[in-house]
Amino acid sequence: MPDFGYKIAKDRQIDYDENKRLIFSEVAAWEPSIYRCISCGTCAATCSAGQYTDYSLRKLILLVKRGEEQEVITNVSKCLLCGKCQLACPMGVNTRNLILGIQNAVKKTTYAV
Amino acid sequence: MSKTVLIIGGGVAGLEASGVLSKLGYTITIVEASDRIGGKLNRWANLFPTQRPAEEVLNYLKFQLDPNTSIITNTKIDDISLGKTQVSATLSNGNCIQADAVLVSTGFEFFDARKKEEYGYKIYENVITSVDLEQIFKDGKELKTSQGKTPKRIGIIHCVGSRDEKVGNTYCSKVCCVTGVKQAIEIKERIPSCEVFNFYMDLRMFDRHFEDIYKKAQVEHHVQFIRGRLSEAFENPDGSVMIKVEDTLLGKPMKMNLDLVVLMVGFVPSSSSVFLKKGLQLETGNDGFFTPADEHYKTVCSNQKGVFFAGACTGPKTIENTITEARAAALEIATYLNQN
Ligand code: SF4
Ligand code: SF4
Ligand code: SF4
Repeated sequence: MPDFGYKIAKDRQIDYDENKRLIFSEVAAWEPSIYRCISCGTCAATCSAGQYTDYSLRKLILLVKRGEEQEVITNVSKCLLCGKCQLACPMGVNTRNLILGIQNAVKKTTYAV
Repeated sequence: MSKTVLIIGGGVAGLEASGVLSKLGYTITIVEASDRIGGKLNRWANLFPTQRPAEEVLNYLKFQLDPNTSIITNTKIDDISLGKTQVSATLSNGNCIQADAVLVSTGFEFFDARKKEEYGYKIYENVITSVDLEQIFKDGKELKTSQGKTPKRIGIIHCVGSRDEKVGNTYCSKVCCVTGVKQAIEIKERIPSCEVFNFYMDLRMFDRHFEDIYKKAQVEHHVQFIRGRLSEAFENPDGSVMIKVEDTLLGKPMKMNLDLVVLMVGFVPSSSSVFLKKGLQLETGNDGFFTPADEHYKTVCSNQKGVFFAGACTGPKTIENTITEARAAALEIATYLNQN
């Protein structure tokens, strides 16, 4: 077929019904302090990785909760696991262990890649 | 003979002020438009933030009323005017009342959710309001969809009829955020497996214990909070409702199907305020609520001598603030009557 140069733009809508949230189930069991997050962004502001890339732990947590797993996979590797965010978080989210949990869950659920 | 006070509205504010004024020796008449005293408390099962039964507060308010209080229910005021030192009112039952002071405690009405047509209230079967949900709790009924199923996913929509220029209400109704969190917890307590989502623009957890129940909702009940205002709702053939919001913290549009949608309806001024404003020559703001003589230190006084305010007639208010205000108004009225 000739290539006319058209393509269909990918739907960037979060489809909550379609999304599986497998990573979330794993992570919530591993580190229940994920439920304490209030999306304040304190972690993301202090994060060294976030200064140089578009990575934000606040967003990563939301992506996990919504089941946007492709984006979780591309983002979670940007974390340096330095643990700075844990000192800053006002809600006592065990951020470093949470990120480790996300990384493990991603490995376990590589169905997505 | 003791001086007389006419109290317009027998809700929380009117009842509390009446109790205090009776103790101070005044003769009270309460005129209530509906068939019973207690106002909106009659329609609520449990109160935020502690989930205590609304009936406890209602019983307290009734208990502290003086037995000699004249309570006239099912009655409206047909005509009211201010004289030099007295107020005269003609009631819908034909009687006339003269009083030395008048307390306006007409409260509020719930926003009519049908005006927000795009949310489908009274069009889609599974869209209800916070008031309807509270009634289900109060009646001790099971929470079901209109198809008779136990809901698996419920969305609670904040700011319905508040912070919305399109419907003409620019203000925040103050108590619906915490009501939304309270009701989310109450749904989870009844149906733990049901997913509950609160769609909010800001969570206004301003008072003592509010932030605690927000945390409780997340940590203990796994209620999900999604920052974004409901944009559109559609009814599916099976009666469930598809909604569209932006997940503003991710910057992405989002859609999901809900078995039940609960609209957190805000406060609007009581329909009687237009009439009272005219009769007593009172001032209101653009929002239609009465404007007190001073917004900081004369919140229970009006622009007219002998006319006082208490409760939600001057804007959305919690029950405890209303009770505190009612006492302040009673004291202000007593001081005024002593000087005249
Ligand atoms: S642990 Fe990761 S998310 Fe936290 S501050 Fe370090 S790089 Fe950022
Ligand atoms: S600092 Fe803590 S509460 Fe705030 S967004 Fe980060 S993890 Fe969540
Ligand atoms: S209290 Fe909350 S839900 Fe109610 S109007 Fe204000 S912001 Fe909206």
